[in-house]
Amino acid sequence: MNFDFNEEQRMIKDAVDRLVADRYGFEQRARYLGEADGWSRELWASYAELGLLGLPFAEADGGFAGGPAETMIVMEAVGRGLLLEPYLASVVLAGGLVASAADEDQRAEILPPLIAGERLLAFAHSEAQARYDLADVDTRARRDRDHWVIDGCKRFVLHGDCADQLIVSARVSGERCDPDGIALFVVDAKAVGVSRRGYQTQDRLRAADITLDGVRVPLVALLGASRQALPLIEKAVDGAIAALCAEAVGAMQQAFDMTVEYLKLRKQFGVLIGSFQVLQHSAVDMLVMIEQARSMAYYASMMVNEEDVLERRRAIAAAKVQINRSARFVAQQAVQLHGGIGVTEECQVGHFMRRLSMIEILFGDADHHLAQLARDGGLIAADA
Amino acid sequence: MELRFTPEELAFRDEVRDFLRNAVPASIRRKVEYGQRLSKEEMVNWVQILNAKGWSCPAWAPEWGGQAWSATQHYIFKEELHMAPAPEPISFNMNMIGPVLIAFGTQQQKEHFLPRVANMDYWFCQGFSEPGAGSDLASLRTSAVRDGDHYVVNGQKLWTSTAHHADWCFVLVRTDATAKKQQGISFVLMDMKTPGISIRPIVTLDGHHETNEMFLDNVRIPVSNLIGEENRGWDVAKFLLGSERGGIARVGLSKFRVRRAKQLARKTPAGDGVLADQPRFRERVAALEVELKALEMTQMRVIADSDKFGHSPDPRSSILKMKGSELQQAATELLMEVAGYDALEYDHAFVTGEREVQHDDDWARTIAPNYYWVRHVSIVGGSNEIQHNILAKTLLGL
Repeated sequence: MNFDFNEEQRMIKDAVDRLVADRYGFEQRARYLGEADGWSRELWASYAELGLLGLPFAEADGGFAGGPAETMIVMEAVGRGLLLEPYLASVVLAGGLVASAADEDQRAEILPPLIAGERLLAFAHSEAQARYDLADVDTRARRDRDHWVIDGCKRFVLHGDCADQLIVSARVSGERCDPDGIALFVVDAKAVGVSRRGYQTQDRLRAADITLDGVRVPLVALLGASRQALPLIEKAVDGAIAALCAEAVGAMQQAFDMTVEYLKLRKQFGVLIGSFQVLQHSAVDMLVMIEQARSMAYYASMMVNEEDVLERRRAIAAAKVQINRSARFVAQQAVQLHGGIGVTEECQVGHFMRRLSMIEILFGDADHHLAQLARDGGLIAADA
Repeated sequence: MELRFTPEELAFRDEVRDFLRNAVPASIRRKVEYGQRLSKEEMVNWVQILNAKGWSCPAWAPEWGGQAWSATQHYIFKEELHMAPAPEPISFNMNMIGPVLIAFGTQQQKEHFLPRVANMDYWFCQGFSEPGAGSDLASLRTSAVRDGDHYVVNGQKLWTSTAHHADWCFVLVRTDATAKKQQGISFVLMDMKTPGISIRPIVTLDGHHETNEMFLDNVRIPVSNLIGEENRGWDVAKFLLGSERGGIARVGLSKFRVRRAKQLARKTPAGDGVLADQPRFRERVAALEVELKALEMTQMRVIADSDKFGHSPDPRSSILKMKGSELQQAATELLMEVAGYDALEYDHAFVTGEREVQHDDDWARTIAPNYYWVRHVSIVGGSNEIQHNILAKTLLGL
């Protein structure tokens, strides 16, 4: 076991750190927000040039065969810079799903343009009634000779508004929450019958609600020819959670660094407020929460490819619980220690709080994951 | 970055596990399992079994009897020890005076003391705190005045745990009364048989006699027992407290307690079934397990970086100390809640280990005393509030 980055990982880290430092300042980010998509197409092209868009994919698929550690490095930088681009939605989540669920021909059709930055994907899965239950799919797909016909409504599709291609989950058999009978379809976002309502989320990223009304896709659109896609969906979502954990750590660390810096600048009662012991101890409590979160982000990335599915799900659930608790504490304290300026739009610390509060909700809050972990027997085996 | 155990590391874990399965005497294992105190003889006996294998002080430099293990192996060893469960060798010997002697001792001191420390021929205790010097340790007043080739020591020490068992004591004394606080302190080794030492027991909340007050009245200590330079004892003390902090997280021990709570909850009636099946209880356990896993990983990160810090302790060891003590306490609280009414009866002879296990439900008799006892872990070794101060200064520059 070792926690040091190898040469290649250090190069990736240097590259993404430099990118965030040079091109993701407060003003620059505000400018990207004003662009048509609400993020920067120009930067997306830079990510492609740097090889970031192909990082998690196998060489056979045109990727660079990075593992969870590489994704973690990138996502931490995404968190530090509060990046707006659809890296999580398009590359990690939808791309990860295609990589594990699609057959060779489908991968060859979908992944190279994604890796080149010429095509965006989104995973249209969650539905209004489902909350955090991944098996709760009411969208239906029925066979009509040499087509599938899809009907249903998808909610909170991350970066679903800008996607060129959607990976849509739909039920081909069974009742609403049946774990069996869920399939995945590749759907052109501009296909007849697809309507999208895009919107900004609280953190100023983008999402969409998508209605599929008699959308016809050819038989080859069924991903991996599988009608039992739930395990693949769970695996892809676990991968996204692990990535999100790293993003949260980056965001927490940045908010924390800003806070400590502020404690060394701001004077009240004639002294630096950082000289007050009560504020020092608050800052230390934040530090402890971040270190615990960072440890669990490592743990999540270490376990995300675990073959024992129950072990993997326990680990990811545990990581999300810690990340959520740390994220809430650190974000709130960062704002609190900034005082009045912390609750304003012009101070970035609150922007980190907005993103972290969305991360808490994405793919399940702490209660959800704690309940799941408890049902699955926890982390320490009762039998010696 | 490789975050999983290698096949070699897994093989090492099995080796340790197999050894412990056979090596821990059954009576000692049962006492640890039931949360009872060990006698002096039992502890010495156990450490000597470990030492015969070369494993009583694996973290020391190999030339002085340690093992050339990787950080991960050290971690695995400790974890297996706690989960066996087997007693942890005395910290004063293995985590404190041993490393101090290796770092600061003369060749002669090392050769004389280290083998005896490793084998517990010498049981060491710690003479640091005083009535007026707790968290503010540097305000200690015990004086050492040079008289030929001896120091004549006078003063009072407090919280001298296991002094009544100990053969030797490492003591902080003031050798220069005129110097500023941290300067003028020296670190000396005191033979407990020296005339002038008297000990008064202090019984702690668990009903047990572990710690003491120690009075020093014209105790003559040879100058050759000075460790490091005269008046530079504070550097030695800081080194010692830093290496103590890392060992104090005791993740394995807390994991053992949580596992025990889960086992016991299966037999504990609640509602129509057992406590272990109640969602509220399960979630409470899971929440603690999450924090423990995070601390475990944090500890591994600190261990993995340990060679980057040399003599000065990794400041993050303060995090391990704070979080580790909180979680030890949380685990004993969990056991209290599992025991319920069964925790009620006070059975002194069972807690101290004088009476052996007789009944299935004896386990519950030590639950409350251990809960009370473990309150000390957030106070000892620099209270958690002091650790906050240390981190604010060293890591945050505040």
